[in-house]
Amino acid sequence: MSTSSVSKGCFVFKPSPKKRKKQDLSQESYFIHDCEGPESGQRRFKLCQDLWNQIKTETEVLQDELHRKILDSLLDFSRKCSSTRRHSDWASQMRASEIPTAALMLGVNVPDHDLTFNSLSDLLRQSVTPYVVSLHAKECGALKHLMKRVLEGLMDTVVAVDDEDEADQVQKSVHCSLTTLCDWYICRTKKSSNVTPGKKRPSSVMDQPEQLPPVVVVFKDMEAFNPKVLQDFIQICSRYIHRLPLMFIFGIATSPSTIQHMLPHSVSSLLCIQLFQSLSCTEHLATVIDKFILTHHFPFKLTEKVLSVLVSIFFFHDFSVRNFIKGLQLALLEHFYAQPLSVLCCGKEVALRNATQLDHSDLERIRQLPSFKRYVERQEAEEQVNLMKDDSYLKEVCHKLMKNLHKYHKNYYPVLRCLHTLTSALPRHLLGKQIRELHETCLRSNVWEQENYQSAMKLLKMRAKDELLLLLQKCAEILRSVRSKKMKNALKQLEELLCRFQQLDASTDVAPIEDECLVSPVKNLPKKTDLFQLQKTLLEMKESRRSKKLSSFEILRNETVDFIDGLVRSHLWPPESQPLHEVCYYSSVATVKHHLNATPRTSIQVALSNPDHYLENDSLKTEDGTLSSAAPDICIAYKLHLECGRLINLYDWLEAYATVVSAAEGVDPNEDAFGKVDEVNTPVSSAPCPSWSFWAL
Amino acid sequence: MTGVLEHPGYDEERLRRAAEQLPCRELQAGMLLSLMGEPQQYCYPSVFIYGHRASGKSHVINVLMKELELPHATVSCVECVSVALLFDQVLRSFFGCDEASLLPRSPSLTDFVRIYRQQSPAQQTRYIVVEKAELLRDADANLLPALLRLQELVEDNVSVILLSEIVWDTFRPNTGCFEPLLLHFPDYSKVELQQILSQDRHPSYSAELYSFYVNILLGVFYSVCRDLRELRHLAALNFSKFCEPLAEGKVKETDTHKLWKNIEPHLKKAMQTVYLREVSSLQWEQMQQTEEETGAPKGLSAHTHVELPFYSKFLLIAAYLASYNPARTDKRFFMKHHGKIKKTNFLKKNEKTTNHLLGPKPFPLDRLLAIFYSVVDGRVAPTASIFSQISSLVTLQLLAQVSHDDQLDSPKYKCAVSLEFICNISRTVNFDIMKYLYDFL
Repeated sequence: MSTSSVSKGCFVFKPSPKKRKKQDLSQESYFIHDCEGPESGQRRFKLCQDLWNQIKTETEVLQDELHRKILDSLLDFSRKCSSTRRHSDWASQMRASEIPTAALMLGVNVPDHDLTFNSLSDLLRQSVTPYVVSLHAKECGALKHLMKRVLEGLMDTVVAVDDEDEADQVQKSVHCSLTTLCDWYICRTKKSSNVTPGKKRPSSVMDQPEQLPPVVVVFKDMEAFNPKVLQDFIQICSRYIHRLPLMFIFGIATSPSTIQHMLPHSVSSLLCIQLFQSLSCTEHLATVIDKFILTHHFPFKLTEKVLSVLVSIFFFHDFSVRNFIKGLQLALLEHFYAQPLSVLCCGKEVALRNATQLDHSDLERIRQLPSFKRYVERQEAEEQVNLMKDDSYLKEVCHKLMKNLHKYHKNYYPVLRCLHTLTSALPRHLLGKQIRELHETCLRSNVWEQENYQSAMKLLKMRAKDELLLLLQKCAEILRSVRSKKMKNALKQLEELLCRFQQLDASTDVAPIEDECLVSPVKNLPKKTDLFQLQKTLLEMKESRRSKKLSSFEILRNETVDFIDGLVRSHLWPPESQPLHEVCYYSSVATVKHHLNATPRTSIQVALSNPDHYLENDSLKTEDGTLSSAAPDICIAYKLHLECGRLINLYDWLEAYATVVSAAEGVDPNEDAFGKVDEVNTPVSSAPCPSWSFWAL
Repeated sequence: MTGVLEHPGYDEERLRRAAEQLPCRELQAGMLLSLMGEPQQYCYPSVFIYGHRASGKSHVINVLMKELELPHATVSCVECVSVALLFDQVLRSFFGCDEASLLPRSPSLTDFVRIYRQQSPAQQTRYIVVEKAELLRDADANLLPALLRLQELVEDNVSVILLSEIVWDTFRPNTGCFEPLLLHFPDYSKVELQQILSQDRHPSYSAELYSFYVNILLGVFYSVCRDLRELRHLAALNFSKFCEPLAEGKVKETDTHKLWKNIEPHLKKAMQTVYLREVSSLQWEQMQQTEEETGAPKGLSAHTHVELPFYSKFLLIAAYLASYNPARTDKRFFMKHHGKIKKTNFLKKNEKTTNHLLGPKPFPLDRLLAIFYSVVDGRVAPTASIFSQISSLVTLQLLAQVSHDDQLDSPKYKCAVSLEFICNISRTVNFDIMKYLYDFL
């Protein structure tokens, strides 16, 4: 490590690998707070990591599943293209040779695209061709660079796979032209057809030796490419298409018409473009939420506020699922870091085991929890004393409460889903179109006290029979998959109701008669009638309808809706009602906002007006309206400028600055009044010399 | 049918074969031959051939070179991103790889000439064919003049043939240069097109039938497209459909009216879709196989809807307003108490209705944000994500950055979306953009 350079002002010190290892080891020590034992920190760290790994693997699986369909069709397309190219029938001979091109519509959530492209090129490599190269617009400013990237990408990957003598060849080729690539490809494919199949490549490529694997060029962000470069590249490629089986994949974020904007007809006529639509990001988010938030299998929960912050970042800002998961990760980490009781935030068995191992300080913390306090207040006096004094008794209660919490979650989600299936189809989407919205409402307060809920229930009572039956069957389907006593009971009742609906079918149909008596008064209206009379008759009709006797179907329908209502009222309590919910629920909105939705402007303002906030130096602390000369110069200047109007006279401003700073001179720094000026009387004139005036921010 | 090419010094059999491959271009080929002279004679130093796309320029040259086995080097200027590549390709095809590798890493014209002169002199004229010569204008200033009189420079029997789609007048450098011989390839006429297209008939059908098919095809497409390549492509795509009733045995080959009735609407549809590349040829073939069960698949331009995050929409709207409204009207549109602005003063005659005709104007970031905050509902914190959205809109090419990337202080942008697009966007957020546009007031 030498710093003996004349020309350079900065020096790079790369950390030695040894040091880094040490840091890795002590990662979990960050979790240990001042007053607790290290085991608890370690345990929380482990839980946190387990949960994060779970999220990571499951999102990967999810991503693969979601993209499976589109990738499959894409692979199909590429296979078809490479096979039709070899046909020698009349039609394909006659046709102008087009370069097969897949336009992949990915949506505007650009941060997610990388994952998609990675899995895509992996799949292509596995099943279609070893020759895949991905291009970023940033690296391809000019045609030269693009060519270079293509050649490097293609030849390097193979060099890495195979023997090393190829490397010399690459270096020898001075000019990066497609001719070089062509020669390389031909020699490559010849060589590989001599090699015994399956030795170096996946066997699928080698199945038909006469069928050459295509060379795939992926343009990851089509929009960002320079149109001229792209056009030239396509024109060049079309000259070689007979010798080199090329194929393009365009990643398009906005709309397919960008192709037409970027490529003139003379160029786009060289391509055979096929569109592929990928899943919309909102659907992707819905599946992610379904997997991690709307399930009792995942012990970590978000409160309504945190969830809505994350969701609103998604919808208002970036549409990026990856960022949403990042947010979830942050919340997870923060929860386990800041909440010592999060040892209990895990699967039921482990949580119960951990509950028995709580020490005194942990139990004290439980006593401090607001939800627990509320629980204590509801108990009788003797019980209260026991809970507050007796540690072992508290442990038992904790055990019970944790069990209850798990039960609550187990029942909450199925009922939520049922309610969603019933209400999502209602007009105006009173309780939200997405289950996510309904979940948020339920977390916020008692859902049944809301106006929307009540009107939704009213609307449910007006649904036609077959619709209602269909929805109820769906609900039964949901409840069937749950293994909990209460839900099984609910299912039994629901099935009973369904049975009775079916029996109604068999009995006489009353509906037509009803219709008649509804319609008849309208018919009875006299031909000519004034407005007043019409109103009167209509009112009467309404009255008569209201007083009409309910049919048996209607009675049953009301009963069903009441049953659903009962389910909701007994299971969809907001989590705040549950004692010990703080263990599982992460609630610090401010932290999440602070980390995910940074506000550069406000932080600069804070730094300028309260320098102590970031410098963490108590001596800089000031009361309102005072100025400390100990503060950094720029802070003083900033504060002085705030006191001016729209225009600042530069001379006065600097004078004022000098006054503040020189006030400290000759004064003992240890004195209390050091550098404090009570009221800054800055003589700001409103008639400044114009050339030195500044606009106040 | 085809005229005969005649020239002393070349094998007659070869000339005949070449002439067969060049229908309707006998005149031009004959002219070229007489320019080239006998193989060992010196040719005119440079020939400039121009004509529209697919008028047979490269084809004629290639056929002559191949059939008469003349030493030649064909280079395309699109491909030659640097002069080095051009030199390399020329030397490689004349003298082989070894000589080409003599070129230094970034060769100058002198290097090229030096190495060329080291080689053995030509026994017969060597030809350098430069395709897409219009790109030479963007290359080094000395390259085009030097190529035009390369014969003098290398003191050898070499001739340069330039092919281009545009006329010579646009090439002439300021400093003047050697004038090449100009040779124009006119467009094929309808009769000529039919003659050429009829040549590539399907082996299993008679020549008459195919020529009849070509006739129908030209009847539909001739008014919009005279590009031979494109027409050939279309002919190949639609021929199977044309033959369908024949294959099914419903119609005889002689029943031309029925065949015409069958194919005509089909071709019309093709004109709207596959010709414009709205639908790829692969999709078109699939459509033919599956037949009319589903409506035509949506073309590329049918998908114009772009789903954007909520604030991005408002940012885009704000950018559109900033681009198309004069800055002095912002006060009127976005301040609650803007006071009375005199109508006559506010609506300047010449400024009115011209903004959309003039296109978007650049605006600074501050103005964009100011409009954004007054347009969007509720309070929005100026977070980093808002700023990053602006740059992601730039990468999506919905906004265009006008100022240089280096300018960090107050970057300037332009809005790059159409009125229709922004109307769709503002409809999704219930924002009546027309009320805020100065042009439509």
